[in-house]
Amino acid sequence: MREVANANRKSAPGTSDSGQLAVAISGMNKWFGAFHVLRDIDLTVREGERIVICGPSGSGKSTLIRCINRLEEHQEGTILVQGIELSSDLKNIDRIRSDVGMCFQHFNLFPHLSIIENCTLAPIWVRKVPRSEAEETAMYFLEKVKIPEQALKYPGQLSGGQQQRVAIARSLCMRPKIMLFDEPTSALDPEMIKEVLDTMIELADDGMTMLCVTHEMGFARQVADRVIFMDEGQIVEENVPSEFFGNPQNDRTKLFLSQILGH
Amino acid sequence: MAHSAFVRDGLIAPKPPPMTEVGAIGWMRANLFSGWLNSILTLASVAGTVFVFYELLPWMFQSSWTANSVAECRAAIAGAHGDGVNGACWAVIRERYLQLLYGFYPANMYWRPNLTFVLMLVALSPILFPNLPRKMLWFSAVYPFLGYFLLWGGTIWLPISILLGFVVGYFLIALNSARMGLLFGVISGAAGTVIYWIYIASWFAQVAHDLIPIGLTEVESARFGGFMLSTIIGVTGISCSLPIGIMLALGRKSDLLIVKSICVGFIEFIRGVPLITLLFVASTLLNIFLPPGTNFDLILRVVIMVTLFASAYLAEVVRGGLAALPTGQFEAADSLGLDYWKSMRLIVLPQALKISIPGIVSTFIGLYKDTTLVSIIGLLDPVGLTTSIRADSAWNGIVWELYAFVAAVFFVFCFSMSRYSMHLERRLQTDHN
Repeated sequence: MREVANANRKSAPGTSDSGQLAVAISGMNKWFGAFHVLRDIDLTVREGERIVICGPSGSGKSTLIRCINRLEEHQEGTILVQGIELSSDLKNIDRIRSDVGMCFQHFNLFPHLSIIENCTLAPIWVRKVPRSEAEETAMYFLEKVKIPEQALKYPGQLSGGQQQRVAIARSLCMRPKIMLFDEPTSALDPEMIKEVLDTMIELADDGMTMLCVTHEMGFARQVADRVIFMDEGQIVEENVPSEFFGNPQNDRTKLFLSQILGH
Repeated sequence: MAHSAFVRDGLIAPKPPPMTEVGAIGWMRANLFSGWLNSILTLASVAGTVFVFYELLPWMFQSSWTANSVAECRAAIAGAHGDGVNGACWAVIRERYLQLLYGFYPANMYWRPNLTFVLMLVALSPILFPNLPRKMLWFSAVYPFLGYFLLWGGTIWLPISILLGFVVGYFLIALNSARMGLLFGVISGAAGTVIYWIYIASWFAQVAHDLIPIGLTEVESARFGGFMLSTIIGVTGISCSLPIGIMLALGRKSDLLIVKSICVGFIEFIRGVPLITLLFVASTLLNIFLPPGTNFDLILRVVIMVTLFASAYLAEVVRGGLAALPTGQFEAADSLGLDYWKSMRLIVLPQALKISIPGIVSTFIGLYKDTTLVSIIGLLDPVGLTTSIRADSAWNGIVWELYAFVAAVFFVFCFSMSRYSMHLERRLQTDHN
């Protein structure tokens, strides 16, 4: 059934093809000290598009998406998010960050706050939403990720999969335009990966603009509009999933795919 | 046909643990007699404890509470318990406890420090226990001025006038930040408050007092002493050093080079200098730098020095807590669009301070006990008072009783702080059910 929804979505014109640019990166370079970690990155993401970024570890894929909400600073080139350029202007950075949600490999929930407080904190303090309204929104999204009954617990009392779903709900409570996922399932036990992927698929079905760094190739095949393969800080290959998996062009892509799909 | 496969039909129900593992016997086996070395240590400790109490208890209880001098005291003990009995002479405490508590504060005004102390407990309670009504915090905010007025006396208009400085600052910030931006508003507010305090506050207090004279008899700082003095210095130092220490810790982690250098320089300088040196600076050197004729109260100078000293140590304790926080917490706060101050206040500091509670409370306890050092610059703290009591010919020769009393009172205060910190740690624990 989900495949059907997927197919419908992909065939619907206008949403992904003629949409406004959510992210536009051009000529972007970044160094960690003397190490050239991102090299000449050009990437545009339209609104509603779902991008999966994969590649060997150390290839710079996490750094790339962390540049989009300025958790990392780039040294050359331009990054436009929702038409706003990322510069050292703190006001712009906070504005972009409140519009761009992010999920981390290790969830990074706030352990001293209950689940519902985790979800209402940013809407109340950044968006200035009244507490009752923020709590309503939080419960709506906690229901969406299917853990409303945990609202009053603390993160330390939840399983990894539940924590990651809370982290997704926490980001959604800010009503973001773009969601970034930085290896959201890498720290999870196999039985918990599915519940998080299901949540992400549902989010994709709702039309969210998503950039996911992940090794879940099944997810990429099913959800992604485009798959990007990175190695040594550069984009090596970029294609629609069917072509990317069925007919990879670059040797390094072929090697990578054979290694992660070969067993 | 080897049957290597195994399939369990049902789950095994839990059984109670064996007798030797639970209850008193289990506890003793595990904690007191787990091996021959442990058993020997247990027996030796019991013997040592019994010996100490065997020697100490007769001294404590074969004592005299009523004598008026050491000689009378010794005679009374010999009469009651036989010759050669070495008993404590608690009579000195009975005769001098008021002095140990209040120093040379006028006896007919003891109600003032007493009331101040009770009100201090009221002012502290909403800070220590969050389930009390939040409105009580207003009283906590006004309390320092009220306490100052009650203890030192003088006109009521002086603390009110100083309090008005904050109102002046608030209005300047509200007025100027609307017109010229927040930064300028805050700067103008701070500058206006300081100018008001220096040039207008005392004049205003004078004028107001001439119109409506309300006040209490003035008591000079020189008459303050005993545990009252220790508590004034200790409590003021503790409540001022925590915010300063937090700001220093944040400053030390700041990206702004000048802020960082100032904080590092301050922390390293204060930590590198003994407290006694700072107290000497407070009592003698500071006068050289101040304009001639300024009457800058000695207790106030000491409080400032003790506060600066403790805040440098607190800064390092808090920095330890900040360093223990995973970077993911900072990143998560950033990624939600929280600005620096909000992420510090809502995410980083609550967790960092929770981690630092044992270190913070240790610093507080150390500060409170260090208040006894002020006897070196002539203030009459409890330990300094014991010296002057022993100088009285009637009590010459008394040592242990006085020190035991001072130690006991300090222990009560410090132990309460320690228990409160353990309570706080338990209350803030969220990582399991």
